[in-house]
Amino acid sequence: MTDISASLGQLGISEEQVDLLHVATEFCRDKSPVEDVRKLIETDRGYDEKVWSEIAELGWLGIAVPEEFGGSGLGVGEIVPIAEQMGRALMATPFIPATVAGQLLAKAGTERQKEEVLPALAAGERFATTAFGEPGDDMAALGENEAGGFLVSGTTRLVEYAADADLIILAFSHGGSRQLALVERSALPGEALRREAIIDDTRRAYELRLDTFEVAGDAVLDPDKVEEALAHADMVGALLYAADMVGGTFRVVDYTADYLRTRKQFEKVIGSFQALKHPLVDAFIGHERARSHLYAAAHSFGDQGRGEVAVRMAKAQGEKAYAYAADRAIQFHGGFGFTYDCDAGLHRRRAIWNATRYGDARAQKRRLAELLF
Amino acid sequence: MTDPTVEEFARDADAWFSENVPEDPGFMLPLTFMEVGEDRQFDFLRDWQRKVYEAGYLGAAWPTEYGGGGLSEAHQKAATRAMRKYRGPILLNAIGLNWAGPLILDIGSEEQKSAYLKDILSAEDIWCQGFSEPEHGSDLGNAQLKAEREGDEFVLNGSKIWTTQGNYAKYMILLARTNPAAENKYAGLSFFLSPMKIPGIRTQKIKKLTGEFGFTQTFFEDARISADCLIGGEGNGWKVAMRTLEYERGARGGQAGGYVSIPPDLMEIVELAKTAKRDGAAAMDDPVLKDRMVDYLMDMHALSLGNERKRMMPLVEDYPNALPLISKLEFSELYRELSEFALTLLGPKAAYYVGEENSADGGWWARSYLNAFSATIGGGTSQIQRNIIGEHVLGLPKTR
Repeated sequence: MTDISASLGQLGISEEQVDLLHVATEFCRDKSPVEDVRKLIETDRGYDEKVWSEIAELGWLGIAVPEEFGGSGLGVGEIVPIAEQMGRALMATPFIPATVAGQLLAKAGTERQKEEVLPALAAGERFATTAFGEPGDDMAALGENEAGGFLVSGTTRLVEYAADADLIILAFSHGGSRQLALVERSALPGEALRREAIIDDTRRAYELRLDTFEVAGDAVLDPDKVEEALAHADMVGALLYAADMVGGTFRVVDYTADYLRTRKQFEKVIGSFQALKHPLVDAFIGHERARSHLYAAAHSFGDQGRGEVAVRMAKAQGEKAYAYAADRAIQFHGGFGFTYDCDAGLHRRRAIWNATRYGDARAQKRRLAELLF
Repeated sequence: MTDPTVEEFARDADAWFSENVPEDPGFMLPLTFMEVGEDRQFDFLRDWQRKVYEAGYLGAAWPTEYGGGGLSEAHQKAATRAMRKYRGPILLNAIGLNWAGPLILDIGSEEQKSAYLKDILSAEDIWCQGFSEPEHGSDLGNAQLKAEREGDEFVLNGSKIWTTQGNYAKYMILLARTNPAAENKYAGLSFFLSPMKIPGIRTQKIKKLTGEFGFTQTFFEDARISADCLIGGEGNGWKVAMRTLEYERGARGGQAGGYVSIPPDLMEIVELAKTAKRDGAAAMDDPVLKDRMVDYLMDMHALSLGNERKRMMPLVEDYPNALPLISKLEFSELYRELSEFALTLLGPKAAYYVGEENSADGGWWARSYLNAFSATIGGGTSQIQRNIIGEHVLGLPKTR
């Protein structure tokens, strides 16, 4: 009989994680009250530059960047408490794409690119986002020049925070392979970015359209490391979005419990009705399961084989928990739940966005079955 | 002689269990202590428990003056691990080992400790529990069995139900009403360590959903017990009962060790999914079943991770009591779903039951599924568990 248990994530927690958890809990609660979240929804940028620079000052953008390039040299798992607490506060920031971009550059950047760009990313002086492309996107090189540069044309969708990023790590196809290049956002033609209407109002995403755009040879990342780096980025993104979902689940359960403790109907506080109480308990249990998976994934992230299984489980469980908790939260707030003023809707919409990033539960489970059975 | 270190003890236990776990007796053994329905099962398991105890691998952390090993919890855990590793059968005397025993150790009198503890460990005395009544299941605080004081005795009248191993038990932990006029229903209750084999107490076996036995209804008609049977003091029955439930749910330690139930093994179900045929192909080839298999694997793994996380303070700061409180609900419901899923994997063969030679695994899965309800209903139904979690963790107002 095959023993699958050896392939599953194991739990553990580091001192750094504990410290970051405590600092992040307080910071996100203080800096992202829901009134501020709602104000930022009305802005184009979608996030608060001042809070973003404070995040940079805390060193959170360089946690898993190697020390030689100005980072703290810790593991990706140490970032999890931050992303989790940001999710709890519905915080609007480019933290996840900026972190993924930093990881991508650290894995596949040339020595020169790493020396020139990574320290600025780790310090938060500049920020990069990623343009990986969605299925059906057609960003492709038309040809290669002698200096190793490319002319690139096509469309890439759902590029997070592209309009405010300093740099975009652009993926494009070239022949049968994928390439990555570091593109200055300021070098893009005026019409290249179009803000997309996305389901999550607390985030921003753009369509990037290029027509014979010139990518210089020294902007291209190490072609030999691209696939490995993309696989790594995939795991980082999935892990951090899982963390955001676990945080969001906690908050929306708490938010709903609060309503159920105070709202009265038929002269009774509605939380005494089992038709509401029991599903909320199930939502809470969903959170507990997802959180256990999340911290197992954080702890096991660097382990060969086991890391991937743990991350995929965390992403799938996070989606399941957040979707259920936020869905029931809308319902249990009754008429108020149907209004834009109820936070349950913000959570449900964020949960759907988060689910789509780096593979939804369906995709994660299909991959898990291949890995495990 | 100095005590063995945990490592030495673990090594010896490993060697002992590797040699002493009994062969398949040729009849189906119970998966939990609630399923001991036949004398041959009872005799077999009683022998097994005695053997484990005499080898020193049960009650290792209980004091030596009461028959224990005088070692640490870590020693006992090492022994239990070895027992699990070699798939030893369950221990029989669950209520004595896990609930009554620790209760007596913690709050019993010296006489009670000396009288009961050693024979609990050796399975000489089987213990049962008298909490639920025919008219008061979930509403435990409303128990009505009367215990009227007459001098140095109490006279018992009424009935208890779901008495696990009631027909075998020599003693019962009993919740009874000593003062019907108390200021509230809880204050009128007292807790007894009551003998079972006395005039006026009669048990009647209950046939379960599975077609097997394991529980009794217990009738009390002017049964007289000594006032020395009281534990925790007259009128404190509710407090003692709640404490007993904490032992039962694992929220409070002191249990003798070993295990009293064998949960469905996920790996066996994975194996079943690979071997069971549906429409000529392995069940695992069905993408819907495969997807559900992944879900169960994730949920089961979440339980074992939660079991570790509950001891990691920084990761349980929001609701420190949540993980212990939800574990009974989670385990019992997941085991029920999982064994039902096994029946789905079997397809048409799910039509067979225990005793049929054409059945898969002797009807094991069907019996597992039906028996799974004992845990989703017993010890507080899943619905009551959700009330408790909603009220004690999420702070929701009381239902009722």
